[in-house]
Amino acid sequence: MATLKELSQREELLAGGHRLCAGCGASIVVRQILLAAGKNVVVSSATGCLEVATTIYPYTSWRVPFIHSAFENSAATACGVEAMYQSLKRKGKLPVDEEIRFIAFGGDGGTYDIGLQSLSGGLERGHDFLYVCYDNGAYMNTGIQRSSSTPLGADTTTSPAGKVIPGKQQYRKDLTDVVEAHHIPYLAQASPHNWKDLTRKVEKALSIRGPKFLNVIAPCHRGWRSGVDQAIELARLAVETCFWPLYEVENGKVTINYKPKTKKPVTEWMKLQGRFKHLFNPENEHILQRLQEGIDAKWENLLRREEGSGQ
Amino acid sequence: MGKPVAMTGNIAVANAMRQINPDVCAAYPITPSTEVMQQFASFVADGKVDTELVTVESEHSAMSACIGAAAAGGRVMTATSANGLALMWEMLYIASGNRLPIVMMVVNRALSAPINIHGDHSDGMGARDSGWIQFYSENAQEAYDNLIQAVVIGQNRDVRLPVMVGMDGFIISHSIENLELLSDQQVKDFIGEYIPLYPLLNIKQPVTFGPLDLQDYYSEHKRQQAEAMKLAKPVILKVAQDFAAVSGRKYGFFETYRLEDAEIAILTLGSSAGTARFVVDEARERGVKVGLIKLRLFRPFPMEELQAALGQVKALAVMDRCDSFGAAGGPVFSEVRSALYDLSPRPAVINYIYGLGGRDLGIAHIEQVIRDLQEIRQTGKVKELITYLTVRE
Amino acid sequence: MSTSKLKGWKEIPIGGMILEAGNSARYETGGWRTFRPVMDRESCKNCLFCWIYCPDSAIAVENEKIKGIDLRYCKGCGVCAHECPANAIQMVEEAKL
Repeated sequence: MATLKELSQREELLAGGHRLCAGCGASIVVRQILLAAGKNVVVSSATGCLEVATTIYPYTSWRVPFIHSAFENSAATACGVEAMYQSLKRKGKLPVDEEIRFIAFGGDGGTYDIGLQSLSGGLERGHDFLYVCYDNGAYMNTGIQRSSSTPLGADTTTSPAGKVIPGKQQYRKDLTDVVEAHHIPYLAQASPHNWKDLTRKVEKALSIRGPKFLNVIAPCHRGWRSGVDQAIELARLAVETCFWPLYEVENGKVTINYKPKTKKPVTEWMKLQGRFKHLFNPENEHILQRLQEGIDAKWENLLRREEGSGQ
Repeated sequence: MGKPVAMTGNIAVANAMRQINPDVCAAYPITPSTEVMQQFASFVADGKVDTELVTVESEHSAMSACIGAAAAGGRVMTATSANGLALMWEMLYIASGNRLPIVMMVVNRALSAPINIHGDHSDGMGARDSGWIQFYSENAQEAYDNLIQAVVIGQNRDVRLPVMVGMDGFIISHSIENLELLSDQQVKDFIGEYIPLYPLLNIKQPVTFGPLDLQDYYSEHKRQQAEAMKLAKPVILKVAQDFAAVSGRKYGFFETYRLEDAEIAILTLGSSAGTARFVVDEARERGVKVGLIKLRLFRPFPMEELQAALGQVKALAVMDRCDSFGAAGGPVFSEVRSALYDLSPRPAVINYIYGLGGRDLGIAHIEQVIRDLQEIRQTGKVKELITYLTVRE
Repeated sequence: MSTSKLKGWKEIPIGGMILEAGNSARYETGGWRTFRPVMDRESCKNCLFCWIYCPDSAIAVENEKIKGIDLRYCKGCGVCAHECPANAIQMVEEAKL
């Protein structure tokens, strides 16, 4: 596991001059992942903030080979690249001493929703690649529309907090659970505030052959309506409140990587975000309650699963 | 010269793929092209090819994986039909826009709804603006020959475009006919080594594929694509010439039959050309000066060459195995008619929409077309510009 | 944008490929800034948190030591100042500098 000092000696693989928003969580996530991964990777990305803002022709921020093809197929595109690698490697058409790893990025739109099928296919077929979802909980690139990752009650442009309906009416999909059902060798949830945990997970994932998955929370102050300097604070609070538990599943074994000493109420995380503002009105208290109950149930379940799988 | 063998169109095509031995093949089964991939999967399983076969979960992912694989830097093929091609639609434009010479067998089939699994051209014609080179084949031999040539055309430095080769579903794909295969070595020599352009897998020279291309450069990239289509034409002829040297079989943009002194003519593509040729012979025996033109290449569209070939014709019937609802006739008709607009005198051009969803085109139907053309020749008047043939009233 | 500097279709690589890796470094986003991070070298403990949390690769590090802020790319988000455990970074309005 690399220390910050060691990481700082490595080459910066996401060049400055990209046009992601000031204070964007996704770029922090991607920088950390590339620092951990090193130069011998090929990256694919779904259409989304990350892709459009890092590759505005004739400029690219990528210092590693990069391909974007469409929105719903970051996994399938990466699988194609990886298949060609396996083929050419077998035929002796690539340098023998050169190992290449494959990383596919997608936002929650490109992963939980439109790209779910392509992700599932890639995982099931056993391609040797790491899929990273940078999850900001809505379709931020098109202007903050709800996704299946948007938390219950959140105000988005397609689940607005109106006079009758107070924001999104459904719990979020637990994609990490969906991925787990594919029984891949390694999957984890991570957060950029805990760079040590995130970079360790990337290094570990890339050392394992076969499909791997990382779900990384990526605060978006535009969509969350939070302070421009709060990306890391909000990522940290998401973990401290157990909204976003840090855990990994390696060959079926569940390990929780961080357990808060005192689990903070989810409102601690929510109150910094304008998208939840309406939920603090007395008439919406029941939604806050439901949210907290959902988080508690999932956390308890995770604790039980860790205990169960340790035996 | 290879020895004659009897096989279906699908098996012939799978054998072309075996001989081409692509580095990656990503496909999803759909009738009537399924058999191509089944047969090819057997070749993989038996070690007759060393292709990485990616059995994706949809056609959209098939083309996505083909794009990733081609950008990675190797030879890539796939096959599909109808709704499968329609599901790829978004990715077709991305394959051509990224200038990736993927080769795809399209076993042409009608599009839903209502669902129909039989041969017509609505799938291929729906993809006519997607930036792919398009061939249509009359029989299994042509499908085999076209597919091998497609590899060489697409990978040409001046072209760098994906190529789709069509053959009519069931009519060709599932019918057994005699054909000649080249030897494995001949195919290997003919297609040569694949040289990738800026491959993703060259990590020493990292490139970016598929950027956001805004108002300042998108037009220039599209202009390049237009140029590549233009440059493809001489390449297609040169490859055909080289292919003739190996196989003895000659190809051009289209094939003409008894057209030299023809006053009226029929233009068609795909399997119906065989029937049309037979009826033309019959009519010729009766003294009717009728000829046939079978279009092989639809993209790039051989506009000037068609003008030159059809200049002396007084009336021409264009056969479309596909409708283009609400348009100025079927897709082949509207382009052929536009191509002939500059001729003076200009032939009368009429359109027949026929054979949708695999409906047979019989001898009597083509005889009716010839009668209609003769009437136009005599009266100088077009009664029906667009006729639905093989449809019950 | 001046159109005179833009290249014609014959002068650019086909397929929209970008052949120069990381060339966005030539596109400086420092102009987006309204607040500038100002670092107090005395208080800096060189923990490198500002560097690992910067969304814009705008914290310059040399030999494991913070060298300064690369104002060519810094968009002034203030994540570095917010996360600095030593309070060594202040966000100062550009206009006041």
